[in-house]
Amino acid sequence: MKLSLKIWRQEGPDKEGRLVRYQVEANPHMSFLEMIDVLNEQLIKAGEDPVEFDHDCREGICGSCNMVINGVPHGPLRGTAACQLHMRHYKDGDTIVIEPWLARGFPIIKDLVVDRSAFDRIIAAGGYVSVDTGSAPDANAIPIEKVKSDTAFDYATCIGCGACVAACPNASASLFTASKIAHLALLPQGDAERKTRVVRMVDQMEKEGFGDCSNHGACEVVCPKEIPIDAIAFMRREYMKAVLS
Amino acid sequence: MESQSKLIVALTSQVGRKYLTGITGVLLVIFIIGHLLGNLQLLDSDPERFNAYAKSLHDFGLLLYIIEIALAGVILLHAFIGIAIFMRKLKARKHGYKVSGQKQGGNGKQSLASRSMIYTGIVLLIFLVVHIAQFRFGPAKETVINNEPAMDLHALVMETFSNIWWVIFYVGVMVLIGFHLRHGIWSALQSLGAMKPRWSKAIHGAALIIGLLLAIGFLVLPIIIYVRQV
Ligand code: HEM
Ligand code: FES
Repeated sequence: MKLSLKIWRQEGPDKEGRLVRYQVEANPHMSFLEMIDVLNEQLIKAGEDPVEFDHDCREGICGSCNMVINGVPHGPLRGTAACQLHMRHYKDGDTIVIEPWLARGFPIIKDLVVDRSAFDRIIAAGGYVSVDTGSAPDANAIPIEKVKSDTAFDYATCIGCGACVAACPNASASLFTASKIAHLALLPQGDAERKTRVVRMVDQMEKEGFGDCSNHGACEVVCPKEIPIDAIAFMRREYMKAVLS
Repeated sequence: MESQSKLIVALTSQVGRKYLTGITGVLLVIFIIGHLLGNLQLLDSDPERFNAYAKSLHDFGLLLYIIEIALAGVILLHAFIGIAIFMRKLKARKHGYKVSGQKQGGNGKQSLASRSMIYTGIVLLIFLVVHIAQFRFGPAKETVINNEPAMDLHALVMETFSNIWWVIFYVGVMVLIGFHLRHGIWSALQSLGAMKPRWSKAIHGAALIIGLLLAIGFLVLPIIIYVRQV
């Protein structure tokens, strides 16, 4: 299949960027990233600069393959990271526009690669358990209600890719931050520090320059792990409980 | 002291700001439900019905002033935070995407209503100035109810809505209120964390119905009043 691509090319953080048109010959069994690999081979052979893009696991678990495909973070398939999107979802002759995540909290490094260390700093502000829980206890040694552990696990599936920020009209990092807060607050190990955690993480999210959440719910639609915005309501309750007590 | 300043810091945080828009928004919704129910008395064939209702409110005296000032404060706070959220949003993404797309299976709770909150809100703010100048401080004539002097607000409303342009203006703004509330009612509940997992679909649907009912309730009033007078 012949595809027409328009890809955001930007040489560096402070350079002007623009969409550049390319032609590529792909086959329907390729993943989206393999299709870009093919393009990059062409570019390298022609002596041009290949398109920089982040990727690592290519199996939908690391959260690095960040790209906005035809205006949608991770492309058109629900619950799917870009690396798990296959070219069979496109037709011969299609034009595909590929842009990086756009947010002040995620400055562009080059082409499609953005700096997501803001997320690391939000985690460093409190998204961990520092109380010593000893060596790994026997499975089921700490009883946890089934519904709670399932819900905590649903939130824990967040891979920190940042698609929520990229999709949000306000570039808010609320779904990411809320997922981490909810995941830890629901488990006994995370309970001890839940109050300081929520306050610090919300504070850090603001300092990183992400916008406010206006409850558009665009994030839950593009989340490759389909984490619902109930997490954000949870974060808000958790925050007020922490402040008022 | 300690806990007081902590509360202020909290209310100005990203989560706190949304609590405040949510609480003020809900208060305003409760107010306009009451306002609509009161206004429906305008449709009674006896003008005294509405004027007596208005007089019973004016008889609150000082309490009425306090309520009015509190209401003005609520509106200004709501508008101020709404505008602040919008300004932060402009900074959070300087340049938008070249193409905008739709995910298979929809765009979440995003809609024209959710995207235009700031614009419908600003129109509401301007409307409120006109509306209050027109009816609260407007040129109402004197009348008598139960042998006591009262304002003939019924006549003022009838006269205003005998002018087709006022009818069009009000109907237009009420449509925009419907849009503001379509997203607003759902959003306020989500902002206040009042959401239990899996309630969100139902609440989002209920917001549409309540928003529609309120907008229709308000916009039929000027239309009926106009039609009855031609
Ligand atoms: C006076 C002018 C007004 C302005 C400038 C304004 C502006 C806004 C804005 C920008 C938002 C969205 C906040 C966000 O992005 O999260 C909002 C939310 C809301 N507004 Fe207004 N608004 C106004 C009047 C009203 C009125 C009269 C009502 C009720 C009848 C109302 C009810 C609501 C509700 C319920 C919300 C949802 C609150 C939330 O998301 O937490 N607004 N308003
Ligand atoms: S490359 Fe790891 S999630 Fe896509």
